[in-house]
Amino acid sequence: MIEIKDLHKSYKMGHSELHVLKGINFNIKEGELVAIMGSSGSGKSTLLNILGILDEADSGDYVLDNVPIKKLNETIASKYRNQFLGFVFQSFNLINYKSALDNVAMPLYYKGVKRKERNEIAMKYLEKVGLVSHSHHLPSELSGGQKQRVAIARALASNPKVLLADEPTGALDTLTSYEVMELIQGINDEGKTILIVTHEPDIAAMCKRNVVLKDGVIIDDKYVEQVRASSYV
Amino acid sequence: MFNIERWQEIFEAIAKNKLRTFLTGTSVASGIFILVILLGAGKGLENGIAKQFENDADGVIWIWAGTTTKEYKGLNPGRRIQLRNSDFEISKQKFEDQIDKKSSKFSIWNGNIVYGKETGNYDCQGVSPDHQAIEKVTITEGRFVNLLDIKNNRKVAVIGQKLKNDLFKEKNAIGEQIAISNVKFEVVGVFTDPGGEREETRTYLPVTTVQQVFGSGSDKINDMSFTLHKKDTYEEALAESKKFTDGVSQLLKGKNTVAPDDTSAIGINSTVENIKQFYDLNLYIRLFFWWVGICTIIAGVVGVSNIMLIIVKERTKEIGIRKALGATPLSIVGMILHESIFITTIAGFVGLLSSLALLELVGPQIKSDYFLNPEVDFTIALSTLILLVIAGALAGFFPAYRAAKIKPIVALRDE
Repeated sequence: MIEIKDLHKSYKMGHSELHVLKGINFNIKEGELVAIMGSSGSGKSTLLNILGILDEADSGDYVLDNVPIKKLNETIASKYRNQFLGFVFQSFNLINYKSALDNVAMPLYYKGVKRKERNEIAMKYLEKVGLVSHSHHLPSELSGGQKQRVAIARALASNPKVLLADEPTGALDTLTSYEVMELIQGINDEGKTILIVTHEPDIAAMCKRNVVLKDGVIIDDKYVEQVRASSYV
Repeated sequence: MFNIERWQEIFEAIAKNKLRTFLTGTSVASGIFILVILLGAGKGLENGIAKQFENDADGVIWIWAGTTTKEYKGLNPGRRIQLRNSDFEISKQKFEDQIDKKSSKFSIWNGNIVYGKETGNYDCQGVSPDHQAIEKVTITEGRFVNLLDIKNNRKVAVIGQKLKNDLFKEKNAIGEQIAISNVKFEVVGVFTDPGGEREETRTYLPVTTVQQVFGSGSDKINDMSFTLHKKDTYEEALAESKKFTDGVSQLLKGKNTVAPDDTSAIGINSTVENIKQFYDLNLYIRLFFWWVGICTIIAGVVGVSNIMLIIVKERTKEIGIRKALGATPLSIVGMILHESIFITTIAGFVGLLSSLALLELVGPQIKSDYFLNPEVDFTIALSTLILLVIAGALAGFFPAYRAAKIKPIVALRDE
């Protein structure tokens, strides 16, 4: 699903150059649930941005679902993001003046789906995350865990190939974190490829594979015995 | 533009962000409102000031007849030329488009006026109704000679203030009978004249009455005077006056068989050359209010632009989210501009119409020497509105474009 070869990325910081990714190589197969770990400054967010076509690598190859991602213009990048990727953020990033339903329907709007169909699909995904009863609530009327579940429903709405989650539990308490992880595991069980950036070992333990980044290189990449979140909830 | 989905999206954004919509709308509407009111007030002041100086503005063209000095078509020099009603009528007809005020005059000098025991010799002029405007005569009581007086050869008199003081002292003059050279006239008005006491000893009578009563029914006139329609610039006024005097001179000389270059047989005097000052003043007033108008428009443009900048700034995060979900930069810019143009246009129209309504209602109520008819040309107001909407759109475009270019990850970065 994802093939990365010798990925390099550096940022200009005034006169000096900051080499963030120093040759990343790894592949992710369909249906994997991968945790990308590392301390801050290890380059994990940069890697996620590149994987999310939000940023572009300086050199190296990135192939997403057999499509080479290189030198895309903004319009095509948006199209690929809409088509291939679903994002979940630490701070939820819901549009605060739109109801849960409208937030979930948003990617479908950019996909060109008509309003009626959009709302039906969005409702289906809200049902999946257990928030049908809150479909007309504004984000401000939802708890943190509910917001993140709406965000997950939104990420899934356009039926993307890969779900990218940047510290999805970073703003949640432990119990809510596990509830969200249970949901993510359930989605993965249905076959969706998911990447989670996290620095919490317990969250990483709930994934199937842990990739550890340090100073721009992968220092560890191993398959782990998945801890089911349901055992905590 | 006609994408129904986009409209729905925008209406939702407008409906859900009532405060933002309200603030944007209010500032644009009040901006337009103040702008139009200021433009109207400026116009009112301009009109008022123009009116104040209007009296000095008319260049009067005065035409009289004299004695020929040149032999022409077998006629000897030294012939006396007499202007008649027909000369006045033909001039009026021929130059109808150019002429504003016109008056023909037939006078008796030193008419003997008697009222009760008081008596004196005064200058009595038979004139047309327009003479009031041409001579800048101000009526203090009653009225001036009017068209009915002319038509019916009424025996009415409009007397000068000095004459009234001489004959009537403190008494009321209107409606009283006076005898002019033994013919009874009714006093219908009293006037003052900026020219001073000498002018105020005059009596004005209808020209036709004077011709009938004192000219034995002749159609003779002494002279005639004209003013022309106002022009925008002094140069135009001068050119127009030259065209008229040349034309009327040729016409009258031809009619009375006078050599074309004989200037003493038909005399023409134009004071249009002397009114350059007025045109200059008018120009300065107009320039000043143009300047005021332009400054107000700039202030409006800056205000609207400022609002657009703030709105886009406020929506940076939303833009980042939309981009991450697959919005193209173009659709982002389109959405923001679409929304802002929609709001500014609607709000602008509300401001425009309410300010025009206010001007329409209150304008005529204002009575002041230096303020008259505050009005705004609807086209100007409309173009101002369009200018503001475009300015708002432009001011919104650049930050929106920049925001759409920002990598979503930067826009989404936690504060």
